[in-house]
Amino acid sequence: MSETWATTAAPDAASVSAAFGWALARDLRIALRSKAELGVQLMFYVIVVSLFPLATSPSREVLATLGPGVLWTAALLASLLSLPRLFSADFSDGTLEQIALSPRPLPALVSGKMAAHWLTTGLPVAVLAPVLGGQYAMDGTELGILAAALLLGTPILSLLGAIGAALTLGARGGGSLLALLVLPLYAPVLIFGAGAVDARRAGLSAGPQLSLLAAGLLLALAAAPFAVATAVRIALD
Amino acid sequence: MIFNWFRYSSPISFYPLAGRLSRVFGVLAVAFTIAGLYIGLVVAPTDATQGDAYRIIFLHVPTAWMAMLIYLAMAFWSALALGFNTRLSAMMAQALAPTGALMAALALWSGAFWGRPTWGTYWAWDARMTSTLILLFLYLGVIALRNAIDDPRRADRACALLSLVGAVNVPIIYFSVQWWNTLHQGSSISFTSAPKMAMTMVEGLLVMTAGVWSYCIAVTLARVRSIIVERERGSGWVASLIAPQGAR
Repeated sequence: MSETWATTAAPDAASVSAAFGWALARDLRIALRSKAELGVQLMFYVIVVSLFPLATSPSREVLATLGPGVLWTAALLASLLSLPRLFSADFSDGTLEQIALSPRPLPALVSGKMAAHWLTTGLPVAVLAPVLGGQYAMDGTELGILAAALLLGTPILSLLGAIGAALTLGARGGGSLLALLVLPLYAPVLIFGAGAVDARRAGLSAGPQLSLLAAGLLLALAAAPFAVATAVRIALD
Repeated sequence: MIFNWFRYSSPISFYPLAGRLSRVFGVLAVAFTIAGLYIGLVVAPTDATQGDAYRIIFLHVPTAWMAMLIYLAMAFWSALALGFNTRLSAMMAQALAPTGALMAALALWSGAFWGRPTWGTYWAWDARMTSTLILLFLYLGVIALRNAIDDPRRADRACALLSLVGAVNVPIIYFSVQWWNTLHQGSSISFTSAPKMAMTMVEGLLVMTAGVWSYCIAVTLARVRSIIVERERGSGWVASLIAPQGAR
């Protein structure tokens, strides 16, 4: 631990932004080279959201009640499914070790990877959700609130999920272990995210929920990079 | 004499101390529990509104408290383990996790059997129940991560980090769930106002709490002794510890 802090002590801003930019550009390039994989993840989101009316009822009242929760739960699952992509390929071919050995600050490097993860999974979901929300009898304002909540909430999912993804590197039981670690931590995001639309429906302002999501995002942005960097170092020990 | 706080930070000197403390707290646990159950089941009066069903409180509330407290203790030892890279702190965190999970499960289970006669349902998506359920999931996650990593030292640090992340999240989960839904009765005991229950009930509850607390300490220390022996089995002092019994 002590040398971990020593090497990351007070890096200058240029080094941080260079490391962040490099990791972001690299992971985005890799993600965009396998567009099919990104498409499959979005299709997963669309299909899960479309299955709920079949499982429950096509009536508008039922769907309107379920809508925000279904769109958010599916976003959680889509994020969860894409988490192994963050580190596991780099871990198995040794790239992650080289990244960790670099003199650039590791928290900035993993932040770039998390940003790329959000841009390729969370952002498309947030853009797609208002379109799918039409299936659930949501009106224009509600769809706007849903999109705003997802834009604030999905980065938290990427940040928290990255901690779990790094912790489970090299552990047995991969995906289902990751779900057990990460999904309980997602609970507050789900509550406030789905609650934003419900608040609006109850005639209240969605402001408190959106503010709490923003606060959670700031907390996660400040803390998660260091937790992920520590977890990566633990995995590489 | 200056007490050396670090004397017991090594497994070899902590092992016999843990054994003595474990026995002391084991005896205390039995004594407190018998006294607490006697007060709770015999002395305490029947509740005016809930009848005798309320007596589940003497198990329910202490276990619910311990479930939260043990998570804090686990996070404390995890912080020490991660910060100072000490082996024994990580073993303490490892030993606490199953007991914490047991307490959370007992709180939920006893709560379900209390909810049935008073609320008319075993389970409701009430704030405290939901956050206790999520707490149980967090415990199970730590235990599962421990089992999924073969190298014990790596598992120590990974579990320590997960416990700390969970500890930051526990209050957030608690308050988020509380705003989401609340059916649970408010706290019956508060340090800032007079108790809303009969004095004998409070006494029974506090004695049972002492009993559950002692049980948790005794079991955790007994478990940490097993973990020490298992992990240090290659070292000379564990071999000499086991040898006389084997020769007998």
